[in-house]
Amino acid sequence: MWKFIVRRLFITLPQVLLLSVLIFLMAQMMPGDALSGLIDPNIDPAAIEKQRETLGLNNPWYIQYTDWITGALQGDLGQSFRYKMPVTELVEQRLINTFWLSVATLIITYIIAIPLGITSGRYNDSWADQLITGYTYIGFATPLFIFALVMLWVFGYQLGWFPTSGSVAPGLTPGSFDYVLSKIQHLLLPAISMALITTVNTVQYLRSEIIDTKQKDFIITARAKGASESRVYNRHILRNSLLPIAAFFGFEITGLIGGTVFVENIFGYPGMGDLFIQSILLRDYSVVTTVVLLFGIASILGALISDIILSLVDPRIRIK
Amino acid sequence: MSKELLEIKNLKTSFRIKDDYYAAVDDVSLTLNKNEVLGIVGESGSGKSALAFSVMGLHTRAKIEGNINFKDENIANISPAKLNKLRGEDMAMIFQDPLTALNPLMPVGEQIAEAILLHKKDMSAKQRREKVVDLLNKVGIPRPEHTYDQFPHELSGGMRQRIIIATAIANQPELLIADEPTTALDVTIQAQILDLIRDLKEDMNAGIILITHDLGVVAEMADRVAVMYAGQIVEIADVETLFDNPKHPYTRSLLNSMPSEDESQDKLHVIQGIVPSLQNLPRKGCRFSARIPWIDESAHEENPELHEVAPGHFVRCTCHNHFYFPDESKEEQVNGVS
Repeated sequence: MWKFIVRRLFITLPQVLLLSVLIFLMAQMMPGDALSGLIDPNIDPAAIEKQRETLGLNNPWYIQYTDWITGALQGDLGQSFRYKMPVTELVEQRLINTFWLSVATLIITYIIAIPLGITSGRYNDSWADQLITGYTYIGFATPLFIFALVMLWVFGYQLGWFPTSGSVAPGLTPGSFDYVLSKIQHLLLPAISMALITTVNTVQYLRSEIIDTKQKDFIITARAKGASESRVYNRHILRNSLLPIAAFFGFEITGLIGGTVFVENIFGYPGMGDLFIQSILLRDYSVVTTVVLLFGIASILGALISDIILSLVDPRIRIK
Repeated sequence: MSKELLEIKNLKTSFRIKDDYYAAVDDVSLTLNKNEVLGIVGESGSGKSALAFSVMGLHTRAKIEGNINFKDENIANISPAKLNKLRGEDMAMIFQDPLTALNPLMPVGEQIAEAILLHKKDMSAKQRREKVVDLLNKVGIPRPEHTYDQFPHELSGGMRQRIIIATAIANQPELLIADEPTTALDVTIQAQILDLIRDLKEDMNAGIILITHDLGVVAEMADRVAVMYAGQIVEIADVETLFDNPKHPYTRSLLNSMPSEDESQDKLHVIQGIVPSLQNLPRKGCRFSARIPWIDESAHEENPELHEVAPGHFVRCTCHNHFYFPDESKEEQVNGVS
């Protein structure tokens, strides 16, 4: 099993490397550079050209890439011209915000999905199942950005249960209990909004897995042994049905990235998704590159986590 | 307690298709004695497995009418709790496809142990493991200690079938139902598995219902044979009588379609047509009549019943008195059609 995990990690390294090359090349293809838009137009073009030369902007792409990746590995991802601060510093706090938002969303997603999926799958075609399936169809059909707006309007503005923007109330000391509470309060509404929509995939998936497993021959074997209905469900059906859900976990992370871009903007939550849109709109390229790179790494890690979980729970994947 | 271990009386198992119930097992009565092997043969769709599942109470959405008396108690439609006490303990089943009948995520030893755990609650985990290793030994698994922790995908089909057999005999059941236990296996393994079942039968002292469509298996294993067609028993007799003196046209057709080497047959005999589907089954008259159209209508009974033609030998319908195989030219036509 450790062999499998180590091998899987080895595959991940070239994936990240390839990702960084692709992102760098795409950033290169974007028009303009640091010396085209921001510079006083009265400066002598020859001086600008000279500056380009010293900054290494005329070097071939692979040398520039090496410079960039060496810097990135040392924590230097360039300067954001909008915030006038190093990208690393800018990203750090937002990364933490987005991380907690994602964790909260994932937890809520599974809190909703597992009981609903199990009920729906076990009692399929009952009224409860029809109700749950109805909800999943509505979830599939509702765009997240509209749903998030409605949630914000109802629970943020009309009922006033949740704060409407930011990630923490101002004036609290970081680390204090009130600070943590305020953080949770701020991320709860965006997390619930996102989870309610993204969970429908998992509900549907779990439902069809359970219905599928229910009809397998080994379930009949278990019944023939004299296992009670609850034992059949808990010991045989559930575990076999949760397996694909574990495999789905990685994709869930990828899906979250898309979700945070919408939700953070709507809720004014200072995270990576919010930063992503803003820096694209302002052509803050060094920030965009960094955010895309981090999103990419998150997806690769998601797939890695899926595979590791799967190897832990499914004996057929383990390599001896 | 009576001599019969199992007595099925007028069993009717119906499945719901759209809004109507259709009987897959239609008015079946039979008995099984202790220490007896009863073979049930018939084509696919003749209701053999539906009958076995009815006895085990494994149908989840079927309507079951009639009596299933097991050890002098009617177990048709009893509560799940009572049923679960019997299943795995007093009656057990061996399944057709060893590739799918085991849980892929559970070590095989655990799957056998589950059968023991469910019925012998006072046994310690260690005792259980010892018992399972014992059972694995008994069913001819070469390295039982090692195999205990293996997963189904690590074992061959024959090995998996041995695991399933070990699960079935874990609590020394009095009734063992083997539903086509060798169908999914290749021929050499089939022989081994049949030998194993026969050996186990000797020291288990159980009644066995052996369901198969392989007449060779029946000839070798069974004491008595029931032939099923379209949900009904059409002939029942002890094994010698059935093979030496088959009566019902269906039995005779089945036996005739067995390949043999001594007769220089160019073609195998083919029974014309197929078993009608549940919804299209004629519920009146002789159900086999559609597949022997050259026999005159008047030969069949209007409501065919089982007649005792010799002691212990029952045949349904009177058409067997008038049955003959069509001559060569006719048979060619028949083959051309099917």
